Amino acid sequence: MSDYDVIIIGAGHNGLVAANYLAKAGRKVAVLEKKSDVGGAAVSEEFAPGFKASTCAGGAGYLSQTVIKELKLVEHGLAIEPRDAVAFVPQPNGSHLTVWRDTERTVGEIAKFSTSDAEAYPRFLAALRPMAEAVRGLLEITPPDLPQVGWSDFPSARTMAGPMRKLGRKNFNQFLKTLPMPSADLLQEWFESDVLMGAIAASAVRDITWGPRESGTAYTLLYNWALSNTGLFRSSGGMRGGMGAITGAIATAARSAGVEILTDCAVANIVLEAGRATGVRLGNGETLSAATIVSSADPRTTFTELLDPGLLDLSVVRNVRNIKYRGSAAKIHLALGALPEFTALAGDKDTSPLEGTIQIAPNMMYIQRAYDCTKYGDYSPHPYLDIEIPTLTDPDLAPSGQHVMSITAKYAPYQLRNGSWEGHREAFVDAVLSTLGEYAPKLRDSILHKEVLLPGDLEARFGLPEGNGSHGEMTLDQFLHMRPLPGYAQYKAPVEGLYLCGAGAHPGGGVTGLPGHNAAREILKHAK
Amino acid sequence: MLKPTPFHERTSQLCEGESWQDWSGYLSANAYELDHSHEYYSVRTGCGMFDISPLYKYHVRGRDAMTLLNRMSTRNVAKCRVGQIVYTAWCDDDGHIVDDGTIARLGDDFFRLTTAMSLLYWLEDVGFGMDVQIEEVSEEQGALAIQGPTSRQVLQQLTSANLDDLKYFRIIEDKVAGVPVRIARNGYTGDLGYELFMDANDSLPVWDALMEKSDEYKLRPAGHIALDMVRIEAGLVLIDAEFISATHAMYPIQRSTPFELGLDWVVNLKKDHFIGQRALREEVARGRAWTTVGIQVDVVALEALYARFGMPLMLPYHSWIDAIPLYADAGKKKQIGKATSGTWSPVMKRYVALARLKPEHAKLGSGLHIEMTIEGQRFTVPAHVVETPFFDPPRKRA
Repeated sequence: MSDYDVIIIGAGHNGLVAANYLAKAGRKVAVLEKKSDVGGAAVSEEFAPGFKASTCAGGAGYLSQTVIKELKLVEHGLAIEPRDAVAFVPQPNGSHLTVWRDTERTVGEIAKFSTSDAEAYPRFLAALRPMAEAVRGLLEITPPDLPQVGWSDFPSARTMAGPMRKLGRKNFNQFLKTLPMPSADLLQEWFESDVLMGAIAASAVRDITWGPRESGTAYTLLYNWALSNTGLFRSSGGMRGGMGAITGAIATAARSAGVEILTDCAVANIVLEAGRATGVRLGNGETLSAATIVSSADPRTTFTELLDPGLLDLSVVRNVRNIKYRGSAAKIHLALGALPEFTALAGDKDTSPLEGTIQIAPNMMYIQRAYDCTKYGDYSPHPYLDIEIPTLTDPDLAPSGQHVMSITAKYAPYQLRNGSWEGHREAFVDAVLSTLGEYAPKLRDSILHKEVLLPGDLEARFGLPEGNGSHGEMTLDQFLHMRPLPGYAQYKAPVEGLYLCGAGAHPGGGVTGLPGHNAAREILKHAK
Repeated sequence: MLKPTPFHERTSQLCEGESWQDWSGYLSANAYELDHSHEYYSVRTGCGMFDISPLYKYHVRGRDAMTLLNRMSTRNVAKCRVGQIVYTAWCDDDGHIVDDGTIARLGDDFFRLTTAMSLLYWLEDVGFGMDVQIEEVSEEQGALAIQGPTSRQVLQQLTSANLDDLKYFRIIEDKVAGVPVRIARNGYTGDLGYELFMDANDSLPVWDALMEKSDEYKLRPAGHIALDMVRIEAGLVLIDAEFISATHAMYPIQRSTPFELGLDWVVNLKKDHFIGQRALREEVARGRAWTTVGIQVDVVALEALYARFGMPLMLPYHSWIDAIPLYADAGKKKQIGKATSGTWSPVMKRYVALARLKPEHAKLGSGLHIEMTIEGQRFTVPAHVVETPFFDPPRKRA
């Protein structure tokens, strides 16, 4: 008799979501978390006395509406507040473009830069939305199992047919054309303003190492669009307490469904008996058994650390080895004595434009140029920054009158061409602050404390290989039936009794809960 | 453009017919004299010296080095002691052979592999997640094989190591002609012999010192033609002759398992998991489809066939690599396999070949018929299954 029906390794949002579904279906579920708190990469932590930040994952607005509704997360305390501002894009000349949730309002902003773009913008949204919808449809399916695609595999691809059929014939053609496109080419088909294109293209490079001129970034744009809570290419919203409050609510729901969450409970390895996963061995040597083991860790960690890769087929190991991780964004959290003043707002007391994301990348080519250095193994001397100031809407995260600024700074490759980050760390942080200083000159003087997390730091602290938050880059070649491994895209690992439910599985990264949601469905289908 | 080996400055002076072949991208002599006979006989009566630098060579170091190689190999590498060498095969997940080669244990956590095919990506895949350092040293090392009855004597003149103590399939480090050399007692000829590995930049003095002794010990440089004859005499399988690597096979039928190659003795199904083990266990349970054995052609019957044409017996002048049909009956009603490489053995006066046969036709002494042509006309000639190695002198191990 096993200790549990299901053991889930890791109490990140996907592990917790899967646990919720499995427990609601009557399974006896334990979630084992090596840290003292749940949340995985979606946590809120004190990084300076009195200052709290969402240290790793951001993007509260990407959590799947399906998951929110099915798990009744609102009843368990989830409260994601929408924001009117989606992105504030200041320009070096003191002007700015703000993308609002409201299309009319945004059109007015765009008109400052291009009247033809202002006219094209609503049509662009109308044309791309069905495609984003089609992608959204794909995100909740179990991908077909296609180790090698042949004509005979087409019946197994029928799960993909539903979302595709909704597109209609004309849009389907356009969809097929769009997926592998460089997002820059897609946007240039619609717009002339590099400023507007930059505001949109930022969503095409979220969580990946490429610039907008790289092929397949149009797919990445649609992925983020599909998950967005604004109906636009970018989400906007936050929860009081930060990302940790979101995972906290999912954990509360899990506990009330009967899930046992064990923290400070590191798993050393998955136990196999006659080739089948039957339990886990803990760091303290103790063994817990279960009929089904589910790993929310990324595939590389699961197959090389939790399992002995020598027991897997070499063809599987080769595919694991070939998963691209390539983290390239640093997280920098600043404790600020005062709210930064952006030149582009020039004394305007209304700070609502800053409540979404502040995007320091004045145009699309700026993002591309920031990436270009990374191609050759350097960090960007003029980095692209995605900034949130959560204290604007959640003052409790900092002492009264003071603020928290969380910066996602791109591009900072996991490995520099010349080896170690030693000696370059300060220079990169300086590049970030100097860049920011061009738009908010007095900011540097108000910094009380800063925490810098380069990809290597994110790897060490959050168990994210190469510091990639998505457990494998969100590129088109690592999507759907190719995620996490060709032939193993149905959440079932190449080891009997073992499943994957983390972001390494379809549909991938972001605090969406969908990998956990899909994995639970497969587990309930196959495991008693 | 083929590359020169570290010995090219010398071998290019000696290669009279400019007859070279491509061995892993290197210029490698087929024969130094216009005729290969002297080179062949040197291996069996004196000492043949082969430039084997084009072999792929890898150093595998680290805490998990043994684990890596044991995962890869069909043989139990864990049993290989420091200073020992093992011949092994490695397979893909389906138990099909990828390549064969030798693994020398140079230290507790330090191994050297020699292989026919590039193996770097394979080693890196197998070693993924392990604590190992894999280094290819193919270009950094020159290698010579000196093979034949006088090889020990000639080498002993150039090293202070006591070669009488160096047993078969053992390796030591010492100096030869003042150059640091790894001396391995093995080879690809089935004879007494040694393989010498040295820094590519230090290679010529070793060659020169050996050549200085050539008259005294009947040593001569030898090329591929001679090598292929002696390896067939030794009953050793060759890549792209007896088998195609599973990673190169274009069609499933071209793949082979170690059992199909008669390499049963290098497969240890009881050891810890290795790549292909599950499939090989299934093959044992199911029964192999093929096996590989030695056959000997009935030369008297062949002579009688030639006599019908008023011709004397014509024997192949050197070895061949081909796929020659083998039949259960003289009338060619039932094909039972193919001969993959063969040679007339001048020292044994036997016409021998390696053959892939259905297991039920492969018992020692079983009769069969091999297809041959005389002046373009097809015939079958009687042959029978014999033991391998065809040539196995006691001095090989002594």
